[in-house]
Amino acid sequence: MSITVDVVSRRDSFDVEAAFEAAAGETVALLGPNGSGKSTLVATIAGLLPPVRGRIELEGSLLDDARSGTHVSSDRRPVGVVFQDLLLFPHLSALENVAFPLRARGVARSEAHRRALGLLGRFDVDQRAHARPSELSGGEAQRVALARALIAEPKLLLLDEPLSALDVGARTRIRDLLREELRRFPGVRIIVTHDPVEATTLADRLVLLEGGRITDVGTPDEIRTRPRTRYAADLVGVNAFQGPLDRLEDGSGAIVTDGGRIIVAWPEWYERGDVIGVLRPPDVTLSIELPMGSARNVLRGVVRSVVIDGQRARVRLATSPELIAEITAGSVERLGLRDGVETWASFKAVEVDVLPL
Amino acid sequence: MASSRPSSRTPAAWIPLAAIGIALVALPMIGLLLRAPWSRIGEVLGGDAALTALRLSLVVATAASVLSLVTGFPLAWLLARRGFAGKTLVRALVVMPLVMPPVVAGVGLLAAFGRRGVVGSVLDEWFGFQLTFTTGAAVLAAWFVSFPLAVLALEAGLRGLDERLEDAASTLGASRGYVLRRITLPLLAPQIAAAAVLSWARALGEFGATITFAGNLRGRTQTLPLAVFERLQTDPDAAFGLSLLLIAVAFVVIFGLRGRFLR
Repeated sequence: MSITVDVVSRRDSFDVEAAFEAAAGETVALLGPNGSGKSTLVATIAGLLPPVRGRIELEGSLLDDARSGTHVSSDRRPVGVVFQDLLLFPHLSALENVAFPLRARGVARSEAHRRALGLLGRFDVDQRAHARPSELSGGEAQRVALARALIAEPKLLLLDEPLSALDVGARTRIRDLLREELRRFPGVRIIVTHDPVEATTLADRLVLLEGGRITDVGTPDEIRTRPRTRYAADLVGVNAFQGPLDRLEDGSGAIVTDGGRIIVAWPEWYERGDVIGVLRPPDVTLSIELPMGSARNVLRGVVRSVVIDGQRARVRLATSPELIAEITAGSVERLGLRDGVETWASFKAVEVDVLPL
Repeated sequence: MASSRPSSRTPAAWIPLAAIGIALVALPMIGLLLRAPWSRIGEVLGGDAALTALRLSLVVATAASVLSLVTGFPLAWLLARRGFAGKTLVRALVVMPLVMPPVVAGVGLLAAFGRRGVVGSVLDEWFGFQLTFTTGAAVLAAWFVSFPLAVLALEAGLRGLDERLEDAASTLGASRGYVLRRITLPLLAPQIAAAAVLSWARALGEFGATITFAGNLRGRTQTLPLAVFERLQTDPDAAFGLSLLLIAVAFVVIFGLRGRFLR
């Protein structure tokens, strides 16, 4: 079970060219800035916008083939979409929204409502079954939209910016729910997002989209080590530390990762659970000897790889936790950095942005 | 206090001007109430002729309103959602009946559907069918003048409707027909009701096009406004009574539906 997309889609005379595959059981994130063509691609995969060239194949059946003129219309595709603005039907209750795909397929009303209520129960919103979408909180609406996309058992689940509409508190809970549901979903999972944290925490593999073209494909780790574009380096190629926060005596905090502790400024909003700390590689200082400065984080490790791209070099370090540093090519030469050389990495606690997960 | 805010103070000049406006609308109705032949109101309104005209008016207005909705919806959809060559021209055409003197509309209908009209001659020749001076002609005249109101109201409604909701429904497995039935039409219900009432009220009051194209035949084409016009020359008291009846019917409908869409 898998999807193969190899299309050129056109909307408002802007061409989006994309070729990628996704296997069942893996989550692929289409990551790109606004205007990169993400929503055009969503519309194409959902069957709302026939591609001008190319083909889409899902589980061996052809959904689009521009050459032979094949186009399976959106209502006949086994694709469940959760749209960015959810697009719940305002005149129907939560229950009727979730039952809608079954009713559209001719399932009797009582049976459709019974199954919809069951699914709402699994998402813990069954007590809101008779509320209108306007009466639901952001998190509740998100659950209803997810249930509506899943109820007809699609082969492909397509989530468009699933967390962008939520506030910080709801985001954490919905992210957990999403991760759980993505894991349970047996088919192909695609999320579309402009948020690298969302992409790297939910997806196994990233497809980067910039200006209507795919610029990079790989696991978050691969892209972090060897980003192929500036966008990839700036957004995905960051150091990310995940774990619960520990309060230190001086009022700062430490993210307790599997590999070790990272000192950060204490975020006032923190209550419990995991956080993600984001550190940009240019903020990491490398030195051959133990640095004696204000940096609270000082880690020692050997160089695992050095990738030079023009004037910049990305250095991957086998510290604990692992780090990526970005320095000038000149510094690489001056410090004599190459694979296996032992080095010190340091960065200040305030340079780590702490985000709720 | 809210009333002390400068922006909430009512300009002094507005009160007499607003009063003139209300008086303009209310005085003819008050006049009718005063001039109506109350002593023989039962005889005037309960008479066969009045009841026949009332029944015919209701049938004609309702038929015209339904036809305007059924033919207006697809056109409104095209105008709201599709770009096509000549769209500006089509939009100008659609509102023409609103700005055209009704008697001219009647003459135009005669030119098209009369026995020697473009379409009328074909109908007569091929089917031996003559539309003029039938109830069908009265419906056609009322349809003609009420159609633009239905199209305008429906088009405004369709423009305000988020098309992405229909897209979402289609990705959830809904066919076009099912999307129309479960999403588009229910979401448009207030605008459809507005279009229905506006076109119905316009059709109910139609006079010029009807009398020109359909004639003034009791029981066939003589709607209430035509009956009023006829009585005005023979029995003015009865004309006042019938006018009052016409206003009462329209008022009951508008007032009964208030809150649904009239805010």
